[in-house]
Amino acid sequence: MIDVDSLSVTLGGVDVLDSLDLRVERGEFLGLVGPNGAGKTTLVEAINGVQAPDRGTVRLDGDPIEGLSSRAVSRRVATVPQDTHVGFSFRAEQIVEMGRTPHRSRLDWSDQEDPVERALERTQTATLRDRTVDGLSGGERQRVLLARALAQETPALLLDEPTASLDINHQLRVLGLVGESVADGKAAVAAIHDLDLAARFCDRLALLSEGRIRVSGKPAAVLDDPAVETAFDAETVVTRDSATGAPSVSALEGRPDLDRRVHVAGGGEPAAAAVRSAWAAGATPSVGPAPEGGVAARLAEALGIEVVTAPPFEPVSERAVAEAVEAAEAAEAVLAPGGPGCAPVVERLENARVERTVESTVEGRAD
Amino acid sequence: MRIVARTAVWSAGLLVALAAVVVFSTTLGPAAIGPVAVVKAVLNGLALPTSVAFGANPAPVGALSLPIPAVEIGWTRPFSFAVPDRHETIVRAIRLPRIALGAVVGFALAAAGTVMQGFFKNPMADPSIVGVSSGAAVGAVATIAFPLAVPFGLQTAAFAGALVAAGAVYAIATENGRTPVATLLLAGVAIQTFLGAVISYLLLHADQGLNEAVVWLMGHLTRASWDDVAVTTPIALVLFAVLLAYARDLNVLLLGETDAASLGIAVERTKRLLLAAASVITAAAVAVAGVIGFVGLIVPHMMRLVVGPDHRILLPTSALAGAAFLVLADTAARVGPAEVPVGIVTAAVGAPFFLLLLARREVHEL
Repeated sequence: MIDVDSLSVTLGGVDVLDSLDLRVERGEFLGLVGPNGAGKTTLVEAINGVQAPDRGTVRLDGDPIEGLSSRAVSRRVATVPQDTHVGFSFRAEQIVEMGRTPHRSRLDWSDQEDPVERALERTQTATLRDRTVDGLSGGERQRVLLARALAQETPALLLDEPTASLDINHQLRVLGLVGESVADGKAAVAAIHDLDLAARFCDRLALLSEGRIRVSGKPAAVLDDPAVETAFDAETVVTRDSATGAPSVSALEGRPDLDRRVHVAGGGEPAAAAVRSAWAAGATPSVGPAPEGGVAARLAEALGIEVVTAPPFEPVSERAVAEAVEAAEAAEAVLAPGGPGCAPVVERLENARVERTVESTVEGRAD
Repeated sequence: MRIVARTAVWSAGLLVALAAVVVFSTTLGPAAIGPVAVVKAVLNGLALPTSVAFGANPAPVGALSLPIPAVEIGWTRPFSFAVPDRHETIVRAIRLPRIALGAVVGFALAAAGTVMQGFFKNPMADPSIVGVSSGAAVGAVATIAFPLAVPFGLQTAAFAGALVAAGAVYAIATENGRTPVATLLLAGVAIQTFLGAVISYLLLHADQGLNEAVVWLMGHLTRASWDDVAVTTPIALVLFAVLLAYARDLNVLLLGETDAASLGIAVERTKRLLLAAASVITAAAVAVAGVIGFVGLIVPHMMRLVVGPDHRILLPTSALAGAAFLVLADTAARVGPAEVPVGIVTAAVGAPFFLLLLARREVHEL
């Protein structure tokens, strides 16, 4: 549907996009992620024909965009813009009707059409139809603009930060609506700065940085890619959101480098909390024995630290305890936060240097 | 069909109001003529084409007389009410041309003002914002001050001056085929300032023409003739039709140029067309009536408060309201103890009214 081939755009002497390639098919929801200034908006505007490329081509259904009239392009691609300020008093319904512009002749003044009604209903903006846009909240305006794009009835949908001004329930509703349209066979590209939202709703992510797609693929794979840390210039951790199961990225604050090994005995939430504290303090923690797939084990995996796991829902095996003790003996300090599996390790270490709890030393530096 | 119906109802209502204003204005003047007599006199003047015949006019070429084919249209005057000849002459030859010209000029200025305000997304935009009036003024004052140096009539000079000024502003503001609205606005201000200097210089050297030049600059309908009406009306109507055809595009342009482009509007082409049509319709009005301010500024604002921002209804209603407004203003200008240029009346009435709207916070943005 959308086929971008070695696209370059220069604005004011700066190469905003640099030989960029991108393909999006029907039925695919691509999330465009990347730091501020990466060129996401410029890419969106190049795909909808607002920004002419300096080099390279954008094809829509195989046809180069420069050969299509503005009207023809807007029958194939609808855009939900980032700036939702509409500084005059059109009613919401009139704004949605403007989505029909590419389908009507100039002198066709009819103003009640099924696509408009459907779009109002789908976005739950029918109740706003007679309100003026300048009286709507940012979130309501965003939904009206989405309705306008849906009324355009195009096979492709572009969204530039569609959730930036929305509160959490409307974020989910808007992206859910886009997801439904994609399931109906549309191709969608959304520039989204919230990595978690992007990962949760998009079929594929493309990381845009300094004018190029650095990595693209399944959300979990993209977020885990070292390119994310480079692009955002931050240390990141990918975990699974425990409620939705979607990959979730957390950027970590720069932490001191203590060059000390610490072992956290046991698993469960107490161990996870201790690992976080030790990590934030700059130490290199290991943890275990922790139940497989439990919160401590997953955290350890995300941080890439050593972990001793044991099968969940059964007594901790002798072997797991032995392994944990080995890790603890290699560490300079052992933390015993008191979670499951903690006690047997502590018993074995009776003669070793055990600090009863970590809270007194590093509490407050976590989170 | 709702917008079509609304537009039709409002336009019909305003047309009736305009007709009432025209009749009312025609009754006023030194000679007292009642509204019934006015209507009768107007109807008596009505002529309908009722027959078409093909004939031949003999044309002398040297010694020969060649028959040139010609179409002869038979005109019938369907009404012949009993109205005193004197009254009929006053109504049809003196008062009506001036009133008709006022209506056409008001129509044109309000239509152009509506388009310019939408185009510039600026509530202070008026029809002359791209230098049209200043250009016309230079042409007119030059003709008045140096009649021998300007080879054509005053109105032609004013019309040409208007188009040259608007064209210059457009050319200055255009780069690489793009005309940013903000640049256009600033170029318009610069050109208007420069032309203001030219006008002042010309006035200094106008000598006997000074009074006439000043009256022209204030806006006037005193020397209106049916010829003026016959030239201005078709220009105004044709260009109004063009603007009306682009009313929906203008609505979409109000969303911003990026959004408009993503909705399939050929932005630069549409802007060029709107600007050209609005400038020419303004030039046609200014050429015959001088610089009449405020009509193109306040009438669109008033109508926007009443009918909303949709140009499909705003443009025709503003144009008709502008026609009625200028006819009323000109009536006030001519029936007072001493006749004043109509531009003084529109500004004197318009400015306080506009301030009232501002004070009540009804006009703060488009």
